[in-house]
Amino acid sequence: MLRFNRWQTIGLALLMVLAAYVTIPNFISDENPVPGLPDTGVTLGLDLQGGSYLLLGVGTEEVIDARINNIRGDIPREMRKDPRVRFIPPQRQGDAIVVGIPEGQDFSVAVDRLRRLSRPLTGAAGRDLRVTSDEGARQISLELTPEAREFYASDAVTSSITAVRNRIDALGTTEPTIQRQGEDRLVLQVPGDGDSERLKSVIGRTGQLSFHMVDDTVTPTDIAEGRVPPRRIVLPNVDFGGQLALFESPDITGDMITDASASPNSDGGGWQVNFAFDGRGQRRFADVTRENLGRRFAIVLDEQIISAPTIQTPILGGSGRITGRFAPEEATELAILIKSGALPAPLTVLDQRTVGASLGADSVRAGTIALLIGFGLVIVYMAFTYGRFGLYADIALLANVLLISGALSLLGATLTLPGIAGIVLTIGMAVDANVLIFERIREEMNSGKASVAAVESGYKNALSAIIDANLTTLIAAFIMFTLGSGPVRGFAVTLGIGVITSVFTAFVITRVFAGGYVLKARPKTLAI
Amino acid sequence: MAFQLVPSNTKIDFVQFRGIAQIFSTLAIVGSIAAFFTLGLNFGIDFRGGVTVEVGPAPGQVFTEQSLTDAREATGQLGLGDVQVQTIGGTAGAEDGIVVSVEAISEEDGGQERQAAVAGEVQEVLRQALGAEIEMRRVDSVTPTVSGELVQAGVTALVVAIGLMLVYIWFRFEWQFSIGAILALTHDVILTIGVFCITQFEFSLAIIAALLTIIGYSMNDTVVIYDRIRENLRKFKAMDLKDVVNLSVNQTLGRTIMTSLTTLLAVVSLFLFGGEVLRGFSFALIWGVIVGTYSTVYIASPLLLMTGVKRDWTPGGSAANAEADARP
Repeated sequence: MLRFNRWQTIGLALLMVLAAYVTIPNFISDENPVPGLPDTGVTLGLDLQGGSYLLLGVGTEEVIDARINNIRGDIPREMRKDPRVRFIPPQRQGDAIVVGIPEGQDFSVAVDRLRRLSRPLTGAAGRDLRVTSDEGARQISLELTPEAREFYASDAVTSSITAVRNRIDALGTTEPTIQRQGEDRLVLQVPGDGDSERLKSVIGRTGQLSFHMVDDTVTPTDIAEGRVPPRRIVLPNVDFGGQLALFESPDITGDMITDASASPNSDGGGWQVNFAFDGRGQRRFADVTRENLGRRFAIVLDEQIISAPTIQTPILGGSGRITGRFAPEEATELAILIKSGALPAPLTVLDQRTVGASLGADSVRAGTIALLIGFGLVIVYMAFTYGRFGLYADIALLANVLLISGALSLLGATLTLPGIAGIVLTIGMAVDANVLIFERIREEMNSGKASVAAVESGYKNALSAIIDANLTTLIAAFIMFTLGSGPVRGFAVTLGIGVITSVFTAFVITRVFAGGYVLKARPKTLAI
Repeated sequence: MAFQLVPSNTKIDFVQFRGIAQIFSTLAIVGSIAAFFTLGLNFGIDFRGGVTVEVGPAPGQVFTEQSLTDAREATGQLGLGDVQVQTIGGTAGAEDGIVVSVEAISEEDGGQERQAAVAGEVQEVLRQALGAEIEMRRVDSVTPTVSGELVQAGVTALVVAIGLMLVYIWFRFEWQFSIGAILALTHDVILTIGVFCITQFEFSLAIIAALLTIIGYSMNDTVVIYDRIRENLRKFKAMDLKDVVNLSVNQTLGRTIMTSLTTLLAVVSLFLFGGEVLRGFSFALIWGVIVGTYSTVYIASPLLLMTGVKRDWTPGGSAANAEADARP
């Protein structure tokens, strides 16, 4: 058990070299890469490099709600395709839409008609609507199928990810990551010392843009007294204050805009937002401006009128500008919102963790100091207690730290502050296996065994306790990894890796040295 | 000759102390539970929800008592209910900072949407009160939705950990061993929670991680002694169980103390130098290592005398005669 052949020793040495090889890139800056080195290394967690972590909830219920309202809007159009059947206007009852068919109308034709509204889901199994009829009560009810609800919710999350990514990219931040979490959540992580409030304000707005004609026949007094004709909406004008009545159906919607940018106002103070339409938008805008010369149209963003200019000339070129009285940041943000497309539903910030870059750097320094001091104390203490064998354990401890960093680098793991704590703790606990072995050797010596036999049976008899004892810590680390979040996971990773490598180094590396020593010197007594 | 902290062949009668240890532990557990219900844990925003903003002084600036008063006044004007403003130590030699904690915003006051804005408002008023160049060190905002989930996940993790340990010891040893181990573990967890109630250190997500580590560590300690007890049970078939337990605890005493000390060296260095963020976490670990070592020696092992153990470990020896063999 104490003898290692040449190949085993070379194998161990190669393992250490490999661990060092994959670790080195961590200490070399990305700007000056050294040829021949691998592309490995740990990523610093946001708590160490600074940055923002945002857990965002997607309002999938609102998306589904809007979808149901859309379907209700589609029903009259579909029914009128068959002028033989009259119907009572559809009503919402909870999540269902109920259409009543008066006596004397052909009930089954109406059911057939409404069934046509149900479409297959694109890229998924099933159809979007379930149509049930009750001929006795002369009612037909339409409901989204469970598959459809899931489909629209999931679709909302996917398109939220795209919109959020567009907006964050437009802010010019480095390497943001956006991930889906669970059914209706997103995790957004943006490293760096950026302003988290700016981040939140860019993703906190839905960015629903539309152009409506203003109904100038409705006076402010009419609005104040609630005399608003049907199919008009009253919205606040954030540009000039007050409220305006607009035609409910928009002439142009945000999805017809392909590009937007901010620039200083070409005539007058403040900033403006320039935008460009796609082909469809260009034609629509040309038509609308030609037909409505001298009238006002309103640009509406998230239920607020941001500008309501009068049409002076037809705009045929497919581009335009919004000249509110914007501050530069406001105009830039607006341009980002318009360009990146609307969010299907508002996002709520459920959890925010922001760490400043300097606190991150301080934490790295504190963690490193704690690591070095802990390491130093344990090394001195082991050498003091176990003499020559303590030094072997210290070599194993060094090898252990090398293997941990090698494993973390190879995995490309994220190192957090609790992760550093995990390494420090591992160093304290790693020598446990050696302590078990050395105490066992002491016992074997005391029972009268010769040095070689004592060392040999010390290693052999301690193994079962070492494995049993370390498995418990591994179980704890496993639970933390599965059930924990963020920083706790970082701790679990280093603790778990540390436990595995420490058993290996304590049991194998020290044995190479201890075995080599007793077999060669055959000491009468062991200084242990 | 190297240094030997614990002499070989100690013959301390640990089992004899088990009565005192049981009284002591029972009192400590009762005290912890009482502290939990009277003082309660000082939950951090992970579990309570709310907003925390930590700021540091601008380069060349130092926060004074006056800054604290200014910060208190400025945040008080936001009308956010219970707002706490305190100083907080800097990490790795950085200047002391000021930390503002705001309770989670209730549904009546605007709930989650409002809370998202609060973090920004607090930063804004602090910049006005303390200077535009102050350093935003940390901004955390946890909504009640998430804090509720974190509480649930934390409790689940603890229960699953203790459960898995129970099963593990049961498989590796015998059910009698697992009962002793689990009681010792539960003891450690309760006492750690108790000390957090008394010291009013913040109980955060990291403390759950510390508790899980303590569970792993305490278990680790227990397993080593159990392993030795099992070995000695095989070796000395006729020896009184009391003597087997004593012998095993004494034989492993050197290791128990040595490992506790090296682990303590590491976690104390973490406590002293690891910075403000890790303070509570490393405190929990220090406490856990001490309590875990104590419970292994004085609780987990002597409890075997109460449950009895299987004496016949030869293959074919069944667990059925465990009771009978335990008291020869």
